Amino acid sequence: MRVVVLVKHVPELLSQRALGEDGRTVRTSDDSALNEVDENAVEAALQLAGSSEGEVIAVTLGPSIAVDALRRTLAMGASRAVHATGDAFAGGDVVATARALAAAVRHLDGEAPVDVVLTGLAALDGLGSVIPSLVAAELGWPQLTVVEELTLEGQTLVGRRELDGATERWRAATPAVVSVTDSANDPRLPKMKDLLAARAAEITVLTHTDLGLADEEVGAAGSRTRVVEAAQRPEHPGPEIVTDDDGEGGVLLARYLLDNDLVGGAR
Amino acid sequence: MTARQVLVVALGDVRGPVLEAVTLARTLGTPTVLSLQPLAEPDLHALGTAGVERALVAELGDARHAAAVAGRAVATAAEVTGAHRVLLPTSFVAKEVAAHAAWLLDAGLLLDVASLAEDGDTDQVVGGKRVFAGTWETRCAVTCPVAVATVRANAVVATPADRAASTAAEPLQVDATLPRGLELLEREVRPTAGRPALAEAATVVLGGRGTEGDFAAVEELADVLGAAVGTTRDCVDEGWQPHDAQVGQTGVTIAPRLYIGAGISGAPHHHGGMQASGTIVAVNVDPDAPLVQIADFAVIGDLQEILPAAAAAIREHLDQSRGS
Ligand SMILES: Cc1cc2nc3c(=O)[nH]c(=O)nc-3n(C[C@H](O)[C@H](O)[C@H](O)COP(=O)(O)OP(=O)(O)OC[C@H]3O[C@@H](n4cnc5c(N)ncnc54)[C@H](O)[C@@H]3O)c2cc1C
Ligand SMILES: Cc1cc2nc3c(=O)[nH]c(=O)nc-3n(C[C@H](O)[C@H](O)[C@H](O)COP(=O)(O)OP(=O)(O)OC[C@H]3O[C@@H](n4cnc5c(N)ncnc54)[C@H](O)[C@@H]3O)c2cc1C
Repeated sequence: MRVVVLVKHVPELLSQRALGEDGRTVRTSDDSALNEVDENAVEAALQLAGSSEGEVIAVTLGPSIAVDALRRTLAMGASRAVHATGDAFAGGDVVATARALAAAVRHLDGEAPVDVVLTGLAALDGLGSVIPSLVAAELGWPQLTVVEELTLEGQTLVGRRELDGATERWRAATPAVVSVTDSANDPRLPKMKDLLAARAAEITVLTHTDLGLADEEVGAAGSRTRVVEAAQRPEHPGPEIVTDDDGEGGVLLARYLLDNDLVGGAR
Repeated sequence: MTARQVLVVALGDVRGPVLEAVTLARTLGTPTVLSLQPLAEPDLHALGTAGVERALVAELGDARHAAAVAGRAVATAAEVTGAHRVLLPTSFVAKEVAAHAAWLLDAGLLLDVASLAEDGDTDQVVGGKRVFAGTWETRCAVTCPVAVATVRANAVVATPADRAASTAAEPLQVDATLPRGLELLEREVRPTAGRPALAEAATVVLGGRGTEGDFAAVEELADVLGAAVGTTRDCVDEGWQPHDAQVGQTGVTIAPRLYIGAGISGAPHHHGGMQASGTIVAVNVDPDAPLVQIADFAVIGDLQEILPAAAAAIREHLDQSRGS
């Protein structure tokens, strides 16, 4: 199996995440990292490729510092890494991002057929969870998304998902797009020697023209949405705290809810 | 000039979130509803009260569970009605359907907005939402003619229309062919214990690892409040709660009017999925727990004592006000 895994470089959850004047995410290499759930995607890709003597190719779209996400993926065991980058990509919305990622998959598919595109279920900054569906639509491939358990049965993939109170099992023939959750597997921890080797590994850099995309198809120009306003919300004033030392905590809680008219939906 | 057509999509039952989306749609133009399942008399009545004159029903069988097929139905309905604004109550599934519909309609996608308004100067629709675990407020415009938006539950209060309509349902023909090589092997709907759905409930009571797996007190308070029950990933990993009860960045994102978290530390992964909640209440033995710090009100102590006492006090209050 030839598996392409899409990985995103995102600001860490505990960092002071911010939006700049242009409404774009502020990114620095110190407090950004590989999107955590994408490690599950990499693990799933390695398992699929491993059981079929295949190949895992990591692809990211992002500024130069996003290369860190690719190096982490290489250290985990991916055999190749592709970095789609360049100023033209900046400010892309989900539509422009998916178009570029699909073009990168097509580019790789042109070298040798790609069987599976693996992704995480959500980028923990944008939390859009639509890139997998949009990439599937662009490629015209079936999708297995928000998968908690992925199995390979011959040349078909079976995925189980639990959403909105229902459990579903879907089968998809390859080529297909698959997104996995953080409970799909336990991502392997790269060894020190692999982390070091990944630092020096060669990375294929592709611009939008390499991917056959015009200027107006990518980045802000290729987007259908625009951030018109971004403002930091005022700091939280801090909690009102009571203790249950004298066993009154429950009653105080009830009084707070009643006084603030929060017992509306009661039966 | 005729009013703008707005399509509201009901992927499942006609409930709160659909009526909230219809309420929002009325501020943008004339709402038409697309349902992917048959509409019963009470559904039509609820839609009529909300001012919906026209409902389209696309019956796709099991194929409706494939995002590509449901997305095709949404795109078809938008074309049939001439709607340039398409609203879906949000969920993981709804976002996938929205993505496919947007792809077919060459539309811009606004994800999980709390507000939507037309900008008369630019003729663009603008969505508002909180991002980065609720620390930033953003407004985002769709710059092309057609917009598809997923709308957060509880962001708008559902209200009846000034004038009720009598809703006429008509069938919508949609190609229900599944994408090549895709097959639904099995689908099982789990029982809900009669509680509201987590993603749409106005009140949610959540228990974390501090419950040590005993959710009786959490459920008791939830039931007295008419609330949904939620949890953290640790409790899902322990097998104490099903996966779709998980709130957080890799679970359900919720923004209820009232969030009560008991025995939950408030890790950033959890935080990111609930911080836009209206009022946040924490019950924890540890005053330094991060959830206590971001809460509006916190009780420091043992949840197994505090929750049942609170439930009893609220029950007593309700009984008294009913009796009087
Ligand atoms: C706070 C915030 C809100 C936003 N809201 C909107 C909005 O409403 N509408 C809109 O059109 N855009 C929006 N954007 C822009 C959008 O997030 C970006 O276009 C982003 O690159 C892709 O979407 P996502 O992060 O939501 O990805 P998701 O769909 O959540 O990502 C799922 C998976 O796709 C893969 N993936 C995603 N991005 C990349 C990448 N760059 N390189 C490689 N793999 C990737 C990863 O495997 C990831 O796990 C928003 C961005 C931010 C920061
Ligand atoms: C990639 C990734 C994604 C993740 N996604 C999510 C997600 O979507 N949602 C999520 O929730 N987590 C997620 N997590 C896990 C998250 O990081 C935390 O581990 C988790 O939220 C902690 O759960 P908890 O608060 O129940 O447990 P703990 O952190 O162990 O907290 C238990 C709390 O209970 C208190 N306590 C103990 N006993 C009592 C008592 N008797 N009465 C009152 N209080 C008591 C303690 O003081 C403590 O504060 C994710 C992690 C990763 C790595």
